[in-house]
Amino acid sequence: MGLSLPLGLQFLQMFLVLAAAPLLTGFVRLAKARLQRRAGPPLLQVYRDLAKLIAKDAVVATEASWLFRVAPYLIFAVTWIAASLVPTFETGLLFSRSGDLIVIAALLGSARFFQMLAALDVGTPFGGLGASREAMFASLAEPAMLMIVFAVALVAGSSQLTVISTFMHSGSTGLRLSMGLALVALVMVAIVETGRLPVDNPATHLELTMVHEAMVLEYSARHLALIDLAHALKLLLYVSLIACIFVPLGIASSGDRPGPLLFGVAAYFGKLALAAVLLAVFETTIAKMRVFRVPNFVGAALMLGLLGTLLLFLSATL
Amino acid sequence: MTSVILFCALAWSLLGGFGALRGRTPDARPLVYGASFIVAAIASGAAILQLAFGATSGTAVVLPLGLPHLGMNFQMTGLSAAFLIITDVGAATASLYAVGYGRGEPEAWRVLPFFPLFIAAMNMVLIAADAYDFLIFWELMSLSSWALVVAHHEDEEARASGVVYLVMASSGTLALLLAFGLLAGVHGQYDFASIRAAHPGSWVGAVVMLLALFGAGSKAGLVPLHIWLPRAHPAAPSHVSALMSGVMTKVAVYAFVLIVFDFLGKPAWWWGLIVLIMGGITAVLGVLYALMEHDLKRLLAYHTVENIGIIFIGLGLALAFRAERLDVCAALALAAAVFHAFNHSLFKNLLFLGSGAVLARTGERDMERLGGLLRRMPQTGLLFLIGSVAISGLPPLNGFASEWMLFQAILLSPRLSAWSLKLAVPSVGAMLALAAALSAACFVKVFGITFLGRPRSPAASAATETDAFSRAGMIGLAALCVVVGLAPGMVIDLFAPVTRSLLGARLPAGHGMSWLTVVPVSLSRSSYNPLSIFALIAAGAGFAAVILHRYGSRIICRAPPWGCGYTSPEDATAASPSLSTQYSASGFAQPIRRVFGSFVFNARDQVTMPMPGDVAPAHLISALIDPVWQCCYAPLLVLVGWAADRMNRLQFLTIRRYLTIVFITLVVLLVWVAPWG
Repeated sequence: MGLSLPLGLQFLQMFLVLAAAPLLTGFVRLAKARLQRRAGPPLLQVYRDLAKLIAKDAVVATEASWLFRVAPYLIFAVTWIAASLVPTFETGLLFSRSGDLIVIAALLGSARFFQMLAALDVGTPFGGLGASREAMFASLAEPAMLMIVFAVALVAGSSQLTVISTFMHSGSTGLRLSMGLALVALVMVAIVETGRLPVDNPATHLELTMVHEAMVLEYSARHLALIDLAHALKLLLYVSLIACIFVPLGIASSGDRPGPLLFGVAAYFGKLALAAVLLAVFETTIAKMRVFRVPNFVGAALMLGLLGTLLLFLSATL
Repeated sequence: MTSVILFCALAWSLLGGFGALRGRTPDARPLVYGASFIVAAIASGAAILQLAFGATSGTAVVLPLGLPHLGMNFQMTGLSAAFLIITDVGAATASLYAVGYGRGEPEAWRVLPFFPLFIAAMNMVLIAADAYDFLIFWELMSLSSWALVVAHHEDEEARASGVVYLVMASSGTLALLLAFGLLAGVHGQYDFASIRAAHPGSWVGAVVMLLALFGAGSKAGLVPLHIWLPRAHPAAPSHVSALMSGVMTKVAVYAFVLIVFDFLGKPAWWWGLIVLIMGGITAVLGVLYALMEHDLKRLLAYHTVENIGIIFIGLGLALAFRAERLDVCAALALAAAVFHAFNHSLFKNLLFLGSGAVLARTGERDMERLGGLLRRMPQTGLLFLIGSVAISGLPPLNGFASEWMLFQAILLSPRLSAWSLKLAVPSVGAMLALAAALSAACFVKVFGITFLGRPRSPAASAATETDAFSRAGMIGLAALCVVVGLAPGMVIDLFAPVTRSLLGARLPAGHGMSWLTVVPVSLSRSSYNPLSIFALIAAGAGFAAVILHRYGSRIICRAPPWGCGYTSPEDATAASPSLSTQYSASGFAQPIRRVFGSFVFNARDQVTMPMPGDVAPAHLISALIDPVWQCCYAPLLVLVGWAADRMNRLQFLTIRRYLTIVFITLVVLLVWVAPWG
């Protein structure tokens, strides 16, 4: 067997997340439209948008530096690699030893760092506005994410996602208060990080409310395509993360035969669809909050994560 | 190898002497800095060789100078070799940079004598093997750096900084003097070998620990002893700022590790708690101060405070683990702290040198008057970006590697049994995470406002690339940041003798290719392989570029950005910064100021809007209160003033009363000394 099969599975995972990310975003949009009694865009519209963007000529601001053009490639590559380090259909992928959950969280931080820099590069007020708001959200969301990582890692005795997922799959954890707190906190962080309602509205271009859209306002064509794809990958990453830690149902383990592997892929797509529907329902029923309410929201996630970690420091069984 | 360092220190002292005598001649500057670079390269080479070839302690050298019965003892231990590497790599790059940078320095002859002397003093502190030498060279280090801080003595601010620095440095040295006095015991055994052999009692140990925390902490910049640091570091010329911030603070860390880990033996459980809490507060407050600050060099100095906090979190964890005999965990925390000290010296030197290049080419330290420098100083900009990514703790560069190890150490801490530690460690972990996230936000501000966007002043729009020597110094540091970030195992293995000699434990060696993957405890627990992450990211970005250029459009059109009618690029370059619609540094930090600042600094923004129809600009006044100054120093100053008023009376006594006072003092001292007779 040698190295070829694990390598093949790892590459399969990389291209699976790349191919599935626009599908997930498109599915969420479609489900939301149906809930609001609109026909909505076709499921494959996101792919068509990407293809259209790639074919267009890029327009770059006169004063923009090389960083503005390099950043989309970095943001895309970093998000993609982070997304392919999260187990989707199988645990124990080849590159899973390259980094643990802290590394994945920090990789997303790197992507955001360059996103914010690119936003400041053109020198129009929108970029600065988006970047400064994103910086405020991130300054609370990143510690919240780390607290969740701490809580999960203390339960599983490892910060390695493969080990965590296998441990959670084995069912020996049972129901734990700390894990409940971590799950709620992780969902809240995911909403903030992926810029969904009630924190940011992915469908708006109203300058008073936008965060992510303000940062990418100056981008066009292939650069915008990469950033959109990275954004879709980030949503997929958080769904995969929640799925592999808290719902590891049906996930295959390394060295499994093709049968369980195929089942793992099917289960993964089932989880994605379920998450998309839940997200659509949630976004349809909730209104966007004011920007300065968001710190309270993320701060609550941070406190929940910290509480979960504290409980585990006090007793390993909570 | 100890003698190599001694010869290097001698060479630096001679260079200092040469600088004092011939400093005003035009050739002196490149000669002194160039020679200092070569000497520092030799010294760091010697330290690396010492560590790499396993000898934990070099041969001891005793010079027939100093106290008559003691001589001057020098020895390079594993710990001092590690910190010698930190010092001399920093000294070498700063010297190389100064060959070019010093050209624009006004009155270079005020800097030339003290710069090599400062480096020599730091080296001597690190190899000193008796308390007398240690304190002598510690004081020499303080005084020579003080002379460098007040090099621009015409500047009122620099003079004031010098006074604050001198007061804080003296009180720190006093604390260390008392600590060594207690360690030496009643028989006055000042050499480190006898201090190590004598284990002080628990009360003496506790007092020594607190004194060391005060003495070393005031030099390193622990909150609330940090107030001199953001004043003094930026006042010096930039290559000196780099050395003070990147290197001298590490010498203070060395002093703390030496006294607490090497001399005191087994710590009590609460030592770790105190150090942890101080470290956590320092890390968060340091970065919050930095976010509120818009002076480039002062902001970097506040980041030094933050990173010292991170290092002390590591040291506190190591103390807590050691108190419970969890030596492997303690080794992880201590290794993370020393590794972070090394990393911080690399990127902080790089950033200070970069800010020096910006200062030299624009004459500006105020970020609100910079902007667009990446197009005008492309190489400096790229190097500064590498430093910014590294200090923000982002993978795959070096700052992340050490912070990651620290997080792994925190994940081991449920093994601690003390309840207060069980409560404190997760909170400190949250503070560490908060500090890391805030420092990324802060460096988006620094790099985004300084190097990106459009210029905010004519000086910024006229900037040009800095000279070759300055760039060479920065390139060396940036390359080290990248290499150490991609192969952290290499440095961790190099520094292994530190934990082995102090704790008798080290990190598990990696599997096969140990320098590629960092494995703090075991492979199933956590591992980090930055090189493969980096390769994957590069491959991913390359893949995207190839696909897009093959199947998509390759054309790039340039067009002016649309700012809703308020700006056009033409008038923005010429206009004053207040007319620009670009985001400013304080505008960028406003949300964070509102969320954190209103709570920590009691920050208040006051906006004065003109009447409707009036075309006058609106005004925003933002007021901050420094909580540390308010709580600690303002009352202290009042107390000192009050005491000085009271003591004023002593100036006007009769000779009879003076003699009485002298007599009473003598009697009291004799009675005090009598029990030890």
